[in-house]
Amino acid sequence: MKKKLSIFFVLLLVASMVLAACGGKKEEDKTANEGEKPAQEAPAKEQVLNLLETSEIPSLDSTLATDSVSFRVMNNVFEGLYRLDQNNEPTPGMAESYEVSEDGKVYTFKLRDAKWSNGEPVTANDFVYAWRKALDPNTGAEYAYIMYDIKNAEEVNTGKVPVDQLGVKAVDEKTLQVELKNPIPYFLSLLAFPTFYPQNEKFVKEQGDKYGLEANTTLYNGPFVLSEWKHEQSFQLKKNEQYWDAQTVKLETINFNIVKDVATGVNLYETNKADRVGLSAEFVDKYSSDKNFKTKSEPVLFFIRMNQKNEVLKNVNARKAIAMGFDKEAMVATILNNGSKAANYFVPEGFVTGPNGKDFREENGDLVKFNAEEAKKYWEQAKKELGKDKVTLELLNYDSESAKKIGEFLKEQLETNLPGLTVNIKQQPFKQKLDLESKMQYELSFAGWGPDYQDPMTFIDMFVTNGAHNQTGWSNAEYDKLVQDAKTTLLSDLQARWDAMVKAEKILLDEAVIAPMYQRGAAYLEREYVKGIVDHPFGPDNSYKWAYIE
Amino acid sequence: MARYTLQRFIYMLITLFIIATATFFLMKLLPGSPLQNQEKLSPEQQQIILEKYGLNDPVPVQYIRYLGNLAKGDLGVSFQYDNRPVTQLISDRIGPSAQLGFQALVFGTIVGILLGVIAAVRHNTAIDYTATILAVLGISIPSFVFGGLLQYYIGVKLKLLPVAFWEGFEYTIMPTLALSVFVIASIARFMRTEMLEVLGSDYILTARAKGISGFGVIFKHGLRNAMIPIITILGPMAVNLMTGTLVIEQIFAVPGLGEQFVRSINLNDYPVIMGTTIFYSALFILVIFIVDLLYGLIDPRIRLAGGKK
Repeated sequence: MKKKLSIFFVLLLVASMVLAACGGKKEEDKTANEGEKPAQEAPAKEQVLNLLETSEIPSLDSTLATDSVSFRVMNNVFEGLYRLDQNNEPTPGMAESYEVSEDGKVYTFKLRDAKWSNGEPVTANDFVYAWRKALDPNTGAEYAYIMYDIKNAEEVNTGKVPVDQLGVKAVDEKTLQVELKNPIPYFLSLLAFPTFYPQNEKFVKEQGDKYGLEANTTLYNGPFVLSEWKHEQSFQLKKNEQYWDAQTVKLETINFNIVKDVATGVNLYETNKADRVGLSAEFVDKYSSDKNFKTKSEPVLFFIRMNQKNEVLKNVNARKAIAMGFDKEAMVATILNNGSKAANYFVPEGFVTGPNGKDFREENGDLVKFNAEEAKKYWEQAKKELGKDKVTLELLNYDSESAKKIGEFLKEQLETNLPGLTVNIKQQPFKQKLDLESKMQYELSFAGWGPDYQDPMTFIDMFVTNGAHNQTGWSNAEYDKLVQDAKTTLLSDLQARWDAMVKAEKILLDEAVIAPMYQRGAAYLEREYVKGIVDHPFGPDNSYKWAYIE
Repeated sequence: MARYTLQRFIYMLITLFIIATATFFLMKLLPGSPLQNQEKLSPEQQQIILEKYGLNDPVPVQYIRYLGNLAKGDLGVSFQYDNRPVTQLISDRIGPSAQLGFQALVFGTIVGILLGVIAAVRHNTAIDYTATILAVLGISIPSFVFGGLLQYYIGVKLKLLPVAFWEGFEYTIMPTLALSVFVIASIARFMRTEMLEVLGSDYILTARAKGISGFGVIFKHGLRNAMIPIITILGPMAVNLMTGTLVIEQIFAVPGLGEQFVRSINLNDYPVIMGTTIFYSALFILVIFIVDLLYGLIDPRIRLAGGKK
């Protein structure tokens, strides 16, 4: 018996050695890789950037990706016809130049001499193939709708016409012609969106199911290539020597490690293992006076949706009372504390400038500010009109850390500022919240919206009558007409179109269809030697093309 | 023995089938869809995509299809990681989780047993009380607190060990320690209780009377008998540890399986929910079987084949 027992322990020992050996092997691989690194041509600083990413890369297939992690990686290893530059203006990428027809509907792009990372040229067919694939209903692409401005795109995506009817064609190897349904003014910046990236048909078909799943089953045409991908652990970008603008790219290597815990990220930053790290609210106080502390504002807006099927919320005075009845400044200062801004508007600040060169916010300014006294007046008026003294409303919320705190804050504020109001919080998983909203089974809900393209319309058209994302039951003929005109007749007069959208936003908030809360911000630490990482307002968040180490 | 094993194997398959079925139908009760971009899609657009994945079919049809694929060993592809096979998703991540779990288990068991035995032998002395206090602390301090403290003091302040990542043995030390605290504490408590009982029994007295040395009595006669309940808790503990622990893996940025299960439920990633559940259950059932076999190995009085009908 003793023997058997000792055999058991010996087995344990052997197994532990085998496992330990596995760990050791990984390390050997790593040192081998390091040994292969090309000798530096002795610049002032080694051009290596160490970053953290919050999750494994969900997808490298540009037609399927939907999330910010995939988009961030893809923006740096792929390139569309255009990409956003340091000023967030579209700058030619795979395209060299374009011509547009007089009616603004037909774009003809001349492609530059660019190569895929296997040396094959990037051709017009690569775009035709990728775009058709994205819209093919058999692909199940969740961002297919972003292409609906192309002629027949929606029809293709809903299976009404075959994919070859899509308004995109390769005139020759280096000429791509795109026909639009409407002459949208933001088409070039839209082309920077990942769904519009090209794919090399031959390579994709060779890889089959494996395309985009590993570093070597993907082909790159961007400033960097994905040189290593250890799932759930780390990945590495290396400068793409085949890239057409390789001379601009200074970074040789970007190492990404996957770290999901904010505190861990901060500890790694402290021990110089990461050059840039995102902060959550609890770390902001500790670091807000640090010289490397930075915040950025993002064009993502959070607001309260109000369901007008509810008899109280059908009353415009009740809605106004709610929209004015909570202290947004206190909300962003005490709960979020990360560069988020109190929002008295719907179209975010610093997101888009009009034909007159003005930011959209300069046009409309603050439309609905916190004002406890005004709110109370509207509320009393509403109660009188409704013939009610006590009102109970349910706030549909979801289970994120900040949403929970904000829900509590709203309840306390609204109940204090609007006498006779009781707010009950109904907390649901995020997906269930979305479901309930779209079925309009809620009263108040905690909602958010970020842009899909660089135009106020990505916000404004949400609230047209019966729009898929309206979800409030609100309907206003004048608003609908402004949106409709801005999408059609006014496309020939961009200033008038801009003015129409400005007017629409004013109507939306005059009627208090929603109660804006805040525009999202993000706080982070960035080492002083890191320069030139560009943040973008829509689509992928970052470009490293212009980044360098000083 | 062979007959017993076969019988158990069939029971194991049936158990697995029941678990898979229950999970499948419960999972379909989860609200929401597996779409990643749900808030941006209109209901019509959602339908196009659900249709593509066969999610508009009645649940029983989906269930039969799933079982058919499962029988072929196909666990499907993930939604959150577009088109990545679930089997690959699990096999990519199980290595680090298993290694950490295993190290924590071995280290925790050895230290736990030692601590428990010492406490029992030095019953009601300062050593016993210290060991007991340590055990209570170990059980009650959550591993994320312990992990966070280790990381901060040993990694950031003293710079003795790397803060996080997964690049070699030294990277496994802190997560192993953090994970093993609970193991040490549980085993030590069990061991102490069992050992006290065993040491008080007649055959130990006999052994002592025959003049066997104190050390011999404790390890030859005492320990083996006291091990039975330890083996019982060790099995499930091993599965829990080796399939990955959400919190410790997050704190030390270990590329393990721990988070996948929770994440897949939050995201309604049906194939991953099913895949991880089946994997976890299969492992669990297997370990219970091994534990049953081990009983016989450690205590000849429990003989599986011995109980002839």
